[in-house]
Amino acid sequence: MLAAVGRGSVGLVEEIGRLGHFLADTLRAVPDLRTWGRQLFPMMRRIGVDSLPIALFISAFTGIVLALLASYTFTGAVPLYLVGTLVGKTTMMELGPVLTGLALAGRVGANIAAELGTMRVTEQVDALETLAYDPHAYLVLPRVIAGTLMFPVVVAFAMAMGIFMGWVAATTLLPITTAEFLRGLRLFYVPFDIQFGLIKAASFGFVITLIGCHLGLGTRGGAEGVGSATTRTVVYSAEMILVLDAYWALTLLRPA
Amino acid sequence: MIAFRELHKAFGPKQVLRGVSIEVQDGETLVIVGGSGTGKSVALKHVVGLLEPDAGEVEVDGQVVSRLRRKELTELRAHIGYVFQFAALFDSMTIFDNVAFGLRRRRMGEAEIRTRVAEALGLVDLPGAEQQMPAELSGGMRKRVGLARAIALRPKYLLYDEPTTGLDPVTAAVIDELMVRTREALGVTSIVITHDMRSAYTVGDRIAMLYEGRIRQEGTVAEIQQTTDPLVRQFIEGRPSPRGTEAAAPPGSDEEVAVKESQR
Repeated sequence: MLAAVGRGSVGLVEEIGRLGHFLADTLRAVPDLRTWGRQLFPMMRRIGVDSLPIALFISAFTGIVLALLASYTFTGAVPLYLVGTLVGKTTMMELGPVLTGLALAGRVGANIAAELGTMRVTEQVDALETLAYDPHAYLVLPRVIAGTLMFPVVVAFAMAMGIFMGWVAATTLLPITTAEFLRGLRLFYVPFDIQFGLIKAASFGFVITLIGCHLGLGTRGGAEGVGSATTRTVVYSAEMILVLDAYWALTLLRPA
Repeated sequence: MIAFRELHKAFGPKQVLRGVSIEVQDGETLVIVGGSGTGKSVALKHVVGLLEPDAGEVEVDGQVVSRLRRKELTELRAHIGYVFQFAALFDSMTIFDNVAFGLRRRRMGEAEIRTRVAEALGLVDLPGAEQQMPAELSGGMRKRVGLARAIALRPKYLLYDEPTTGLDPVTAAVIDELMVRTREALGVTSIVITHDMRSAYTVGDRIAMLYEGRIRQEGTVAEIQQTTDPLVRQFIEGRPSPRGTEAAAPPGSDEEVAVKESQR
């Protein structure tokens, strides 16, 4: 068992080392703006705009459930206008970014790993290199930058949708007026709540796209290799989202 | 000139290349033949720095490929066209964009790119295919587009990785003819990897056989056709390895060991 733990630890350290090396190669490609700049806007559309429907769908139902859950918990104990507080705080600071991040780990991360993995096994990545293109500039940087920039935008829309649907549920299904919901929403609100959620979203976008690119370009073998890279991307991305979620809470929310 | 010097390469425990040494002179076409899995493509990928050798080196125009910096390697690659086994076309792009892809890297004007793409597609007998997608083409046509993409750059060197594999004999002959025509039109130095001996005889000035990670024999087409080496004869005549011919394999070689094991 000790040997298995040892092997696992060595494997993890090796994987982190490879990811660090990959990141260094990607940073070295930054000056090649001519190559990655052209790819950036199409990628922002693919990663950001095209992800909006799934993000809005998830956040809409989350908002409804949060309102009902808050009402169930508070009834008889706490004033119900605090439903607005719970929906707002939770959506902005935690569930908006984390649930959207987990959904996009599947949609965006898996898509990147499958696409780049297929390009790798069909020698399209080798072809890029022989045509004097750096795959990090042409394939990786546009995806990582687009993910880092667009995840906060998608999450911002998801937050708005979650709060809106929380308000709809509260005012139609619960004995709460719009004024009471808004009172609760404003009660402990500080602009940092939104900033906190968006910082997390940017970090999720960065790691999901970086892991997708790293595992996609590292694909070996044929269809099986592509499948494995895709699965590992989703699993590692989900794990990293939870780790980063805890990291940001520890670094930004801990009382001084 | 391209020179392989004592090139060694292993993937994990599998030693693929065990000291490949051979030179390709300017203007000539060297064909490297050998069975599947003997490391022909692995050797070729070292020429453009897609793989790094474990030992030994590949030299192109006096530059050791594995010692080049990223920028120098990019400059070297600009002089080398690579035709991939399965064409490796970018499937999200039209044929025009595929062929123009390398040209765009060179900051050419759009008008010049259009001219070059039309010329390259004309040379491979695919004029007017610009707006088609790779998925709409047959295997032979895809290989021709792969060749067009390589020659559009007007390279000094052309590397072909199994250009006729998987094609019917007529299409394979068309590709062979295209390779000969390309060489005559552009005067390029070429390395062709194949196990198709008819193709090797048609396009090659010299033929080298790779066996167990080393060059077993090299010579002109006539010399190879008249060889007395039993292993090379067996390969060029396409004969299966009969029982009891293990003497043809060098003592202690993987093949000899495998034959002895199978006869126990």
